[in-house]
Amino acid sequence: MEGAILKMEHITKSFPGVLALDDCQLELKTGEVHGLIGENGAGKSTLMKILCGIYKKDSGRILLEGREIEFANTRESLANGICMIHQELNLMPHLTVAQNIYINRENEGRHSFLTNDKIINEKAEKYIADLHMNILPTTKVAGLTVAKQQMVEIAKAISYHSKILIMDEPTAALTNDEIEDLFRVVERLKKQDMAIVYISHRMDELKRICDKITIMRDGKYIDTSPIQEITVNEIISKMVGRKIETEGHKKEKHLKNDYILEVRNLTSEGKFKDVSFNLKKGEILGFSGLMGAGRTEVARAIFGADRFDKGEIYVNGKKVSIHKTTDAVKYGIGYLSEDRKAFGILKSLSVEDNIVISSYKRLSHRITGVVKKKECSQAAEEYVEQLQIKTPHLRQKIQFLSGGNQQKAIIAKWLLKNSDILIFDEPTRGIDIGAKNEIYDLLEKLAQEGKSIIMISSELPEILKLSDRIEVMCEGHLTGVLDGHKATQEEIMKLSTAREQGGNKI
Amino acid sequence: MSTNKKTNIAPEMLQKAIILGSLILIIIIFSLLSPNFLTLSNIGGILLATTVNGILSIGITYVMIGGGCDISVGTNMTLCGVMMAVFAVTFELPAVLSVLLGILVGTVVGIVNGFMIAKCKVPPFIQTLGMMMICKGLALVISGAKPIYMDKIENYQVVATGSVIQKITGINIPNGIFIMIGITIVASFLLNKTILGRYTFAIGSNEEAARLSGVNVVKWKLIGYALCGTMSGFAAWFMTARLNSAQPSTGSGYEMDAIAACIIGGASMSGGEGSVSGTIIGAFVMSVLINGLRIMSVPSEWQTVVTGAVVIFAVYLDTLRKKGK
Repeated sequence: MEGAILKMEHITKSFPGVLALDDCQLELKTGEVHGLIGENGAGKSTLMKILCGIYKKDSGRILLEGREIEFANTRESLANGICMIHQELNLMPHLTVAQNIYINRENEGRHSFLTNDKIINEKAEKYIADLHMNILPTTKVAGLTVAKQQMVEIAKAISYHSKILIMDEPTAALTNDEIEDLFRVVERLKKQDMAIVYISHRMDELKRICDKITIMRDGKYIDTSPIQEITVNEIISKMVGRKIETEGHKKEKHLKNDYILEVRNLTSEGKFKDVSFNLKKGEILGFSGLMGAGRTEVARAIFGADRFDKGEIYVNGKKVSIHKTTDAVKYGIGYLSEDRKAFGILKSLSVEDNIVISSYKRLSHRITGVVKKKECSQAAEEYVEQLQIKTPHLRQKIQFLSGGNQQKAIIAKWLLKNSDILIFDEPTRGIDIGAKNEIYDLLEKLAQEGKSIIMISSELPEILKLSDRIEVMCEGHLTGVLDGHKATQEEIMKLSTAREQGGNKI
Repeated sequence: MSTNKKTNIAPEMLQKAIILGSLILIIIIFSLLSPNFLTLSNIGGILLATTVNGILSIGITYVMIGGGCDISVGTNMTLCGVMMAVFAVTFELPAVLSVLLGILVGTVVGIVNGFMIAKCKVPPFIQTLGMMMICKGLALVISGAKPIYMDKIENYQVVATGSVIQKITGINIPNGIFIMIGITIVASFLLNKTILGRYTFAIGSNEEAARLSGVNVVKWKLIGYALCGTMSGFAAWFMTARLNSAQPSTGSGYEMDAIAACIIGGASMSGGEGSVSGTIIGAFVMSVLINGLRIMSVPSEWQTVVTGAVVIFAVYLDTLRKKGK
């Protein structure tokens, strides 16, 4: 192998309030598949987006074949042979395959206002055949499977004569057979001297197709190593990092096998399959896994926000049928969305309104529906005090509260509604450290008072700190249950990437 | 391979077939109900009545395919008409020049819309709502809120309502309809055979993907709105010719009819879908309906009610079709 085709050195990038990349580096050789790995938010995508000209770096330099470069946009990076296939594919569904491949190059350099579908169809046909895709160039992309759409993106990259191809979690939505097809293509591209950056969480895949691997953590470069010289365990411990390894476990707590919620074989086609678990009274059950593992989807199904295809849900030993959110609320289930701004708070309403919104049935006149103003205020007041929600007054619009206090107000809403089962989806996302601890204390307190809590979190320390038991999901399957008092980050990480245990893709 | 072909080309053809079929069905029903419906003079009337809405809706089709909307086309048309009359009557410019300048006014309004929406990221609905009011106000201010008559200008009316064909074949088909057909063909060509059309579909389909593919999204969006404004100018030309005057207080409401025509014709409010031919058929569905109901002596208030119901029904049919897919 000759010298490096690409060198990225001392790359630093900050977004308002976050240092996304801190002195990062990457070196690529031609004909090499280079794995890029790290936890969610480690900065992998950001680094690649800088390379493609989607983001601008704050400092550092990028050398492409020895020349220093900085692209202002993707048009320039494409023209220079760098192509990125994003995780959420970037195709135009209403256009055909050929039109997508040749978008912005309708006339290949010649300046003409006219399009010529005949020519681009012929050219695209060639690339499609090369990739052994059984589709017509005139097919609309909207009708293709994700795997085929991905192949279209690869065809596009090849048609640009790209020297560097970046694939961001390309297998996340593929079946096993499709992954095999993809790997064959990757091998072939490698032989054609293309350099490939392969972003993935999946150890088995990295081991299989990568030549080298670069590990990132918290926006920092950690290590680069040939794949043969590093074990999966080493990779995981480097990804997770020593410093946050044991931030403490939860104290052992003896809970009776008194199940308030039982879920049996819950299945939703294409999202998750055969999910079964129990929730004890007074327990905090952690749900860990990588982004897209299907945790939120399971929670939404239990809450009746999305339909599911198969499975049973028991509340207090009785089978219940939950078709819509009002059903779930009736059985005492409350859900706190991961996206607080979009689905949690009613931002232009007051703190009081946000707390009582689910309880108006109780707090209004039975026939006329007139709201009992005084009782509402009393109820809200009570919870503002109990949960120590910091607000100047009850009529304050909730959008002006801090993230932590907004979260508390939403908790208050479900407490007022007498919900016994609370599902927290990323309860501390977007909340600063101090407020995080308050939320942790609050969750502990709620559990002690007998509330049962499901906590979905992508932050391992948080999961370990709070959970009595930890359910780990990978690609729509539960891959294992760990004892929250003993589990380690490594164990969780292993289960989160345990594709083989997940079995065939749903 | 052949099955692929079937599944991919069929839906759009099917959709257009459904619209065209409905149009024919409506025509058959009205012909059976009233002997006066399928007469030459009535057909000419329908064609002429479709011209203005047809041209406006072609403009909106572009904007809607690009994922936007434009509700200023109606009053933009009014403003263009008033400007044409002012140029021709007040400034006594030649008629041809006045018309061209009027169309230019429409284009400028479109460019302003496009600039504010594409460059300054003002939501399309808000921008064009504001522009709708601005045009309405300006038209009233400039005309002094009074109609400007154009009788002094020779042959102004003939362009749209006269009939060259009649002189040759004796059948009275107004000139306006040929010009509309011409515009339809040009617009259809632009949409299907040029990069303008390709990028319009691309942007409406997935704006971010288009941007990441290197498409100059701002530029092409702006051009789409400009074109829509130009169409308002063309529509104004016909409007003034038909009325032989510029009426500063008409025009509001035309945008809604035009949007309805686009939707009946298969354009999607969320972008990426639509066609010029579909829109024109949609415009015909609307004018045939109104004409037929009028011939059946249905009061005009009820005509509006029926049109509204048809729009909702058309969209509902489309949702069903998409669900089936």
